[in-house]
Amino acid sequence: MIWLTWRQFRTQAIVVYTALAGFAGVLLATGPHLPRLHAAVGSSFVQLVSGSDYDLYLCGSLLVRALPAVIGIFWGAPLVARELEAGTHRLVWNQTVTRTRWLAAEFALAGLAAVAATGLLTLAVSWWCNPIDQALDDGSGPGPGFIPRLSPMMFDSRGVAPIGYAAFAFALGAAIGVVVRRTVPAMAATLAVFAGVETAMSMWIRPHLIPPTRVTVPVTADNLQGLRNGGLSVDLGHHGAWFVSQQTLDAAGRPVPVPPSFFDCMQSGAGIRRCGAELARQGYQQEATYHLAGHFWPLQWAQTGLLLALAVLTTGLCFWWTRRHVS
Amino acid sequence: MNSVLRTQGLGKRYRKRWALSDCTLDIPAGRVVGLVGPNGAGKTTLLNLAAGMQTPTEGTIEVCGGRPAGGAAQLAKVGFVAQDTPTYAGLSVRDHLRLGARLNPGWDGALARDRIVRLGLDPGQRAGNLSGGQRAQLALTLGIAKRPELLILDEPVASLDPLARRDFLRDLAEAVTELGLSVLLSSHLVSDLEQTCDHLLVLVGSRLQLAGDTAELLATHYRITGPPCDPGTLPSDLHVISATCTDRQATLLVRADTPVQDPAWSVSRVGLEDLVLAYMGRSTTDPVHRTTLEATR
Repeated sequence: MIWLTWRQFRTQAIVVYTALAGFAGVLLATGPHLPRLHAAVGSSFVQLVSGSDYDLYLCGSLLVRALPAVIGIFWGAPLVARELEAGTHRLVWNQTVTRTRWLAAEFALAGLAAVAATGLLTLAVSWWCNPIDQALDDGSGPGPGFIPRLSPMMFDSRGVAPIGYAAFAFALGAAIGVVVRRTVPAMAATLAVFAGVETAMSMWIRPHLIPPTRVTVPVTADNLQGLRNGGLSVDLGHHGAWFVSQQTLDAAGRPVPVPPSFFDCMQSGAGIRRCGAELARQGYQQEATYHLAGHFWPLQWAQTGLLLALAVLTTGLCFWWTRRHVS
Repeated sequence: MNSVLRTQGLGKRYRKRWALSDCTLDIPAGRVVGLVGPNGAGKTTLLNLAAGMQTPTEGTIEVCGGRPAGGAAQLAKVGFVAQDTPTYAGLSVRDHLRLGARLNPGWDGALARDRIVRLGLDPGQRAGNLSGGQRAQLALTLGIAKRPELLILDEPVASLDPLARRDFLRDLAEAVTELGLSVLLSSHLVSDLEQTCDHLLVLVGSRLQLAGDTAELLATHYRITGPPCDPGTLPSDLHVISATCTDRQATLLVRADTPVQDPAWSVSRVGLEDLVLAYMGRSTTDPVHRTTLEATR
């Protein structure tokens, strides 16, 4: 059974793994350069990373971020849908192999190839970016345009998160393909659902996978950074931390919007320090909810566990639907 | 004798529409069964149920003594060539044979290779580039070389030209004789089945109208011509299948267990095609026809 799966899948697998090997080669060739730079100039090396290295940093991270979705759309969705569309399921399901075994072989080979490809790419990119990520976390950054690995922009491009996403995206695509029965609509639906899950995960679910830290500090001339996301932002001095939310409180501890006096102060031409001092005088406080850089791995494992559980559930649905509802 | 297909009150509903209802059958092994009926009569549904591609809404079905597609052992017993004879367009003829060998423990590799050679198929050619007839032959080869007890074919010749159609059916008949397998084959044309089949099922409007060995069916049906339609004048032991009435005479197609010997009627034999058409016509919505039937029943 594996023979047929491989025969159908080999071209795609070879193309993807060749491209992957090429990109990994580039990373391997350029990777050792960063630790050498670190050793030569010390902790401020992030400021000196070259333009091409920065492009690689960004491209690698984007590629890792995109790969699970691409896998779900191009490997998952057509897995069964293309058979149903061409009618070949009626050929293959009438050989001396049950549907369940057939699907298990498809999942085993294509699914494992998908997860392994994502895992290898993530490993290479994480390894390459590690000196930069470490520098950002221990405060020797921040370099221009570099993003801490715990922030939502980077989190899904590092560690084990992409593996969880790849497994889930593949199972999701396959399940949607079985239900929708047509390849292109299934691909579109997979993209939509996957984007929804990814958004929900980083906006609403991940912050609560382990309890975030919540502190309330007085606004001072020193800690006020300015406006961000429509509210005041203060710097608590935690490098590489992920601020889930910040809320300004008045002297009595009630949540308030940005005080109008702050805008007046800024428009009068006074500096941020003067305006911060003014807010401090009025007794304004800032409530901040955040994860410290040390929460990176606990959050990675928790999210990956959740996604793998979802992948198992979706796989179960796919098998059940194939057995019961497809003809 | 062993039954190759046995159903009891079998029915299949798609949402609100019954594609097949109240179908009770018992087909002995060793027959070549032709399943005829107009498009949409439920032929494909019955074959899909027999192959286990679908599950019944009601009733039971047993194929070669087991539940259709109930496991690998059951799958090994039944070969299925689905409608439009699906093959993998991107795989070569050789790959298809390899697929058959890998996926079927009972694969008869020599048989498959001989057939491919005899049919003149190029092993290196992709299935997507084969003609309709060649593709049907390849699908049939996969079905036969699996060495099933029952081979099910769903309108295998529907899309073929008359020549390819004849070749395919002749080839099928040869394989059946050689290997002694049972066959269940559907078509909407009786002429396709006349040469090949020794047992007939007629399905009309989701219901089974007729089932039996062709020899027996031909022996018990007659066309009789006689006095104008009047229920009173009919011999009592006849079932009227169809009737054409004019002012001067009536032509009836009847079933009779004993030969018709009423001097008022002239009796002639009836061909398989006319016989099947008569049964198919029974459920048409033509009002005149209907009224006549009601009157003679």
